[in-house]
Amino acid sequence: MPNRIDFRQEIINLLHAANGKSLRNCMQCGTCSAVCPAAPFMDYSPRALIELIASDLKPAVLASNAYWTCASCYLCTARCPRGINVAELMYGLKRYSIWRNRYRRSLLGPGFSKRFVKMILRTGRSFEPSLAPAYVLRYGVRGFLNEALMALRLLRLGRMPMRPHRIKRIANFRRMVNRIVPILGAT
Amino acid sequence: MKTYSYFPGCSLESLAESYHISALATARALGVELEVLDDWNCCGATAYFHIDELLAHTLCARNLAMAENTGHDLVAPCSGCFKNLYFTNAELKKDPDLAEHLNFALQEDNLTFQGTIAVRHLIDVFVNDVGLEEIKKRVTHPLKGLRVVPYYGCQLLRPRKDHEDLEQVTFFEDLLSAMGATPRMFPLKMHCCGASLIVTNRPAALMMLRNLLQCASAALAQVIATVCPLCQINLEFYQQQVNREFGTSFAMPVLYFTQLLGLALGIPPGQLGIGKEVIPATPVLSCIREEAVPTHS
Repeated sequence: MPNRIDFRQEIINLLHAANGKSLRNCMQCGTCSAVCPAAPFMDYSPRALIELIASDLKPAVLASNAYWTCASCYLCTARCPRGINVAELMYGLKRYSIWRNRYRRSLLGPGFSKRFVKMILRTGRSFEPSLAPAYVLRYGVRGFLNEALMALRLLRLGRMPMRPHRIKRIANFRRMVNRIVPILGAT
Repeated sequence: MKTYSYFPGCSLESLAESYHISALATARALGVELEVLDDWNCCGATAYFHIDELLAHTLCARNLAMAENTGHDLVAPCSGCFKNLYFTNAELKKDPDLAEHLNFALQEDNLTFQGTIAVRHLIDVFVNDVGLEEIKKRVTHPLKGLRVVPYYGCQLLRPRKDHEDLEQVTFFEDLLSAMGATPRMFPLKMHCCGASLIVTNRPAALMMLRNLLQCASAALAQVIATVCPLCQINLEFYQQQVNREFGTSFAMPVLYFTQLLGLALGIPPGQLGIGKEVIPATPVLSCIREEAVPTHS
């Protein structure tokens, strides 16, 4: 046994932990890329991404936008003739790129997920308006105006969340989270 | 009357409140008791699984343990919540080490996961526990002539929960037929609405939505029926933006299956949250029984 594992083995291990079949089963048929609704927006299709991993091209994988463009629809997983959980691979790569702090800074996905996680730690439930400010200007002034008009519309229809709902046992909830990942400091 | 523990999920508190009230109203009309789970927390959505799997499972485990204390199976109306709760339940049942680890955290809230209940989606409860025959019997206002496409979306079905068929699924069509509506062929019925890409990759999500709306239009649908708040919100709130982006002119109402079912059961529209749509559904709903079913397929 070599005492140093390559990138390919590292990613295979990630998938092993997620009960997926080994990436070694991939025969590069491209079914995952053909069914993926987000593939046109990826720099590497799911099939190509797996090939990059198999070729041990770690820098290219970590610079890719592919897994952060995955919407978790699991069509690839359902259709893979070799039983590879491709969507789970995408999750694994998202986590990997966050752990290593190595993702393309122009991507919105990593920041959104981090912000979402912190929001839930505060109240126990999601409060959509607290996520919005970071994104309203991302799609230009016109995009911002569209969002503002939609917000007003929702307000009139009584569908706009007005205040964050805090769960009753939030203190217990936060201590519970802290036992898994001590991210909250002493609470 | 069969009783379930009910997990509304964050969206149903405001953006998808119509789903919440129509779910409770139709359940009552069908003799199903949905008891809202006390002090439930967010299921973690996809974001928690992007950051830390163990933490994501912990959030779900708290809800599961509280539901176990009620002694009833846990029902979720949101496909995302359903998928997360379902798989955490399944993982914890088959991995005692993982359960032990999470139970150590759950002690902080005086809870223990024991693996005594099942996790279900609301449409599954209606179709399989209440049953289509029973529903048909209770329909007093059949949605005659209303052309509906059943939008299953992704996570209700995928990834596969057990050994069920993922490709030739028809229970949603069958439910629409039981309501007296006309389900239309919808080839993209199990394709993605873009989910959170609507925030993190707007162009990709808009294209997926365009494809779905195009397909529903081509199917001559008057309404898209959904089983998930995220699908409903993406398809409805961003339809205008799709029109601007692609030069289309879609004006397709998007309702929850529980709103249509409620109408068929004779529940007044106001008690089903009808009237709170961004794209009003009332015009197409008012021509029920007046408009004939198109003869071509």
